[in-house]
Amino acid sequence: MPHYEPWSDERARAVIEEFSHLEGPLMPMLHAVQETFGYVPEAVVPMLAEMLNISRAEVHGVVTFYHDFRHEPAGRHVLKLCRAEACQAAGGDALADHAEHRLGCKLGETTADGRVTVEPIYCLGLCATAPSAMLDGKIVARLNERRLDALIAEAQS
Amino acid sequence: MSVRIYVPKDACSIACGADEVAAAIEAAALSRRQPIEIVRNGSRGMLWLEPMIEVVTPEGRIAYGPVAEEDVEGLFAAGFLTGGDHALRIGKPEEHPFLAKQTRLTFARCGIIDPASYTDYRAHGGYRGLERALQLGPAEIIEEVKKSGLRGRGGAGFPTAIKWKTVADAKADRKYIVCNADEGDSGTFADRMIMEGDPFELIEGMTIAGIAVGATKGFVYTRSEYPHAIWAMEKAIEVARAHGMLGVNIAGSQYSFDMEVRMGAGAYVCGEETALLDSLEGKRGVVRAKPPLPAHKGLFQKPTVINNVLSLTAVPHILADGGEFYANFGMGRSRGTMPIQIAGNVKFGGLFETAFGITLGELINDIGGGTASGKPVKAAQVGGPLGAYVPTWQFDLPFDYEAFAAKDALIGHGGIVVFDETADLAKMARFAMEFCSVESCGKCTPCRIGSTRGVELMDRIIAGQRVEANLATLTDLCQTMKLGSLCALGGFTPYPVLSALNHFPEDFGAPPRHLEAAE
Ligand SMILES: Cc1cc2nc3c(=O)[nH]c(=O)nc-3n(C[C@H](O)[C@H](O)[C@H](O)COP(=O)(O)O)c2cc1C
Ligand code: SF4
Ligand code: FES
Ligand code: FES
Repeated sequence: MPHYEPWSDERARAVIEEFSHLEGPLMPMLHAVQETFGYVPEAVVPMLAEMLNISRAEVHGVVTFYHDFRHEPAGRHVLKLCRAEACQAAGGDALADHAEHRLGCKLGETTADGRVTVEPIYCLGLCATAPSAMLDGKIVARLNERRLDALIAEAQS
Repeated sequence: MSVRIYVPKDACSIACGADEVAAAIEAAALSRRQPIEIVRNGSRGMLWLEPMIEVVTPEGRIAYGPVAEEDVEGLFAAGFLTGGDHALRIGKPEEHPFLAKQTRLTFARCGIIDPASYTDYRAHGGYRGLERALQLGPAEIIEEVKKSGLRGRGGAGFPTAIKWKTVADAKADRKYIVCNADEGDSGTFADRMIMEGDPFELIEGMTIAGIAVGATKGFVYTRSEYPHAIWAMEKAIEVARAHGMLGVNIAGSQYSFDMEVRMGAGAYVCGEETALLDSLEGKRGVVRAKPPLPAHKGLFQKPTVINNVLSLTAVPHILADGGEFYANFGMGRSRGTMPIQIAGNVKFGGLFETAFGITLGELINDIGGGTASGKPVKAAQVGGPLGAYVPTWQFDLPFDYEAFAAKDALIGHGGIVVFDETADLAKMARFAMEFCSVESCGKCTPCRIGSTRGVELMDRIIAGQRVEANLATLTDLCQTMKLGSLCALGGFTPYPVLSALNHFPEDFGAPPRHLEAAE
C-alpha cells in the first residue's frame, strides 16, 4: 500500500524546489507533489504560480487538464482496469462489470469504506497478454475472474 | 560452474509473473547450492510465452515458457540448467518459427542483451551507427537517412529526412530532439519494448539525430502508464553518460548531446506532436495550429525534431549498414521494416518485425494463429483507436501506407487488435466516440462536442431507436468531424466508426451489405 505524507506547506515547497533547475519544470513538479501527498492539493497552486512566475489560472488549468492528477486523495488502494480496445477484445468488459459488482461501486469511484478506488485506464502496453490491470503500481496481465478476485481481495485487505 | 539464466524484465513478462519466477529460481538454486547468474533481459516478443526464460548451455540459449512460479522446482528436477527436457521446453528461441520468420533490425538485440549493459550493447553491434555518423558529419547523415526512405513510424508516415533537413537548415541558438514515446494506441507496445529491452538503441538514434541537425538536448516523452520503460531509459542514460556517450564531446568528438526522460500524465492527445511539446513546456496538452511547424518553432519556440521511438531506433541501422541496405526491404513507398504488434483476442500475440508488404491475413492467421478464444475472427482494428476495423474479407491487404490508405484504413503505429465473432462492432463504434470525447483537447467544436453527440447517437442506435435516421445523422456527423477537426483525434475517429458501420451494418440494426463480400 502506498504511504503518503500529510500535507505540509514546507514539505511541498521542498519537493517542488528540487525540480526548479529543469527546463519546463511544471509537470515533473506536479508528479512529485502527487507522489508525496497522494494528490495535488489546491494549496500548491499559488505556490507553483509564484515559483514559476505564471498565473494561478494557468497552473490550475494544467492540473485539471491531465487525467492523472487527483484533486482529492484516492482510496487506500487504487485498482486500474484497462478499458481500451485490445483488453475489450479479450474479455475486459465482463471483468469490469465483475469488479464493479464485487466492489459495489462504479469505475471512477471509491468504495464506501474508502479502501479501494477503481478506475479505468486506457492501455498499459500489455495488449498481447490482455486483459490487463494495475494495482497500486503493480501490473497484472492475463486477467481472468479468478485473478481479478485475488487482486480485489488484496486491495480490500 | 555458474549457469547464466535470462529472465525478462519486460513489463509484459513482469505482469505475467517474471519477478516471482526469478525469485523462485534464485531460491531453488540456493537450496541446491547451484551457482547461477540471473540476467534480466528484455523480451524476445513471443509474448504468449512470457515469462520465457532462457538458460545458457554449450549448445546455445535454450528457452522455456510460459514459466510460472510453481514450475520452477519441476524445471530444476528436469535438469533445465543443462537444457533438459520439460513440457515447457521451447528449444532455441531463434529457431522458433515466430522469430525465424522475422527480419529484425530495430529489434535485433531486444531480448538477447542485458538492457542496462553498455558492454553488451557494444558487443552486439551497438554504436556502429554513431561511429559512422561521426565520420560522415551532419549533411551526409541526412543524405543517408534520405536514401533509406525512412518514414515516421508514429502514424503519419512523414519522411524523416525532410523533417531533419528543415531543422538542420533553421538558424537558432538552441535546437531540440524530442522522442515521441507516448504510445497511447491500444494494441501497441513496440516503443515500450525497445525502451525496456534495448534503451541504448534509442539513445544512439537520438544522438545521431542531434548531430545531424545541430541539437544538443533531447527529451523522451513517455506515458505514466510505462513506469518500467522510464526506469530502464533512465538507467541507460546514466550508463551512457558514465561512458562518455552522452554529455560534452560524445565519444571524444566535437559534438555534445544530452537527454532526459519526461512523463506525461494520462492524456492520449499528448501523443500528438504539438500537444506533446506544450505538455513538455508545462502547459495543457492542447494541439497547436500549424504553421509554424515544430521544425521551425517547436519546443520553447526553438527548431525541434520530433520523432517516434521506432523512427529514431531505425536510424542506427541505417547509418551502420547504409541507407540503401535499409531501403532494400519493403514495398512501394514503404521502405524498410516495421515492428508490427499483434494483440487482442489472438493466440500468438507479440512483436513481429518484418519488411513492409506482408498481408494482414498472414499476420493474424498464420503468425498470430487466429483468436485466443478459438472462435472465428470477425475483424481487426489496425492502427490504434483512430484506425479502421478491417473485416476478414479484406485480409489480403498488404502492410503498406498507401495500400491501407486506399481502403480508408491506416497502419498508424503498427498495432493490430484482433476481435472474434462475439465482438459487437456497434459497441466498438460507440467506444471510439466515447474515447474521442474523453481525450479531446477541447480546441475544436466538431471533436469536443461532436464526439459527445456521437456517443448519444450510438446509444440510441444500440437501443434500436429510429435507427435509419440516426445512422444518417451519424454519417453526417462523421463527415463534419473529418472536415472540421484540427488534428487526427477528431479527424480520424470517424474511421473506426464508419468502417464498423460499413462492414458490419447488421451490428447497428441495419440490413447487411452482401455486395461488399464480393469486393
Ligand atoms: C491524437 C494523436 C495521438 C498521437 N499519438 C502518437 C504517439 O503516441 N506516438 C507517436 O509517435 N506519434 C503519435 N501521433 C503522431 C504525432 O503527432 C507525430 O506525427 C509523430 O510524433 C511524428 O513522428 P514520426 O515522424 O517519427 O512518426 C499522434 C497523433 C495524434 C493526432
Ligand atoms: S481534433 Fe480534437 S484533439 Fe485534435 S485539436 Fe481538435 S479538439 Fe483537440
Ligand atoms: S489495451 Fe489493455 S493493455 Fe493495451
Ligand atoms: S479550432 Fe477553435 S473551435 Fe475549431
